[in-house]
Amino acid sequence: MTARIAIISFPGSNCEYDVAEALGALGAECTIVFHDATELGGVDGVVIPGGFAHGDYLRCGAIARFSPIMSAVTDFANAGGAVLGICNGFQVLTEAGLLPGALQRNAGLRFLCEPAVLEVASSNSNLTAKCARGDRVVLPINHGEGNYYCDAATLAELEENDQVVLRYLHNPNGSVSNIAGVSNRRGNVVGLMPHPERAAAALATSTDGRVLLDSFLSWALTNAASPTMIGA
Amino acid sequence: MNFDITVEIRGVDGVADPEGRTIERALGSLGFGGASQVHVGKTITFALVADDATVAKATATQMCERLLANPVIERYEITVTLRP
Repeated sequence: MTARIAIISFPGSNCEYDVAEALGALGAECTIVFHDATELGGVDGVVIPGGFAHGDYLRCGAIARFSPIMSAVTDFANAGGAVLGICNGFQVLTEAGLLPGALQRNAGLRFLCEPAVLEVASSNSNLTAKCARGDRVVLPINHGEGNYYCDAATLAELEENDQVVLRYLHNPNGSVSNIAGVSNRRGNVVGLMPHPERAAAALATSTDGRVLLDSFLSWALTNAASPTMIGA
Repeated sequence: MNFDITVEIRGVDGVADPEGRTIERALGSLGFGGASQVHVGKTITFALVADDATVAKATATQMCERLLANPVIERYEITVTLRP
């Protein structure tokens, strides 16, 4: 079966075609859905790609979360559909309240563009269902505001519910508890700062992103959003 | 009535402020060793039409909660001034 994936494009998104290319190579059928659309159109999963949505004005993701399409994404997520936010997409999901915490300026104040070694901290998410806890993957990071923050109570909750998905082996940006990616409680909404779609082609220095994206596609196909809940 | 609104936004306590720390070190290296607790935030100003100052403040508070600040990492202070 072919997974149908909507990739959301805001003004300033710049990774939507990279994601489409990487998911397409894994057999998915991708549609770019613009920010001003109001419907996702019967898809199995949604990806919010990286970039600088609305210029990252005010805060990264702060304006994008009020785009018309975000109501449909929120309904889809609440109905259990597979949603993945990469980099700027992760920031949009935290601003939208679909994931806990927030992303702030890197601790070293520098924009980081380098490979990062990550450890899978949980396999209870759409992104890591095909991985085992402790697996290591190398993915590029490319961000100025990837410093994940949540308070101590939220962190305890994340750990108790197995919501920390990926951790940096060497913390590049000051993130609390070395967190590179988190999920919601059900594991159907995941956000991460590293870019799996840039580690999917043979030309890239790593192809470790494939197992993650493949996991996302399989998860999306087997955990369809419950239509009765959409729009409820 | 016409009001001038100033919203000052800063990190909540406990959230690292690397920019503030860097400025503090720079001040120290310039000989301003007496400066401490340097924090960087942002200021948003706008004009607002409202019935009275209480309504203006309540409206600005809603704006902060929904858009202007992210309560996970930021706190805000609102100043309401009647336009002369």
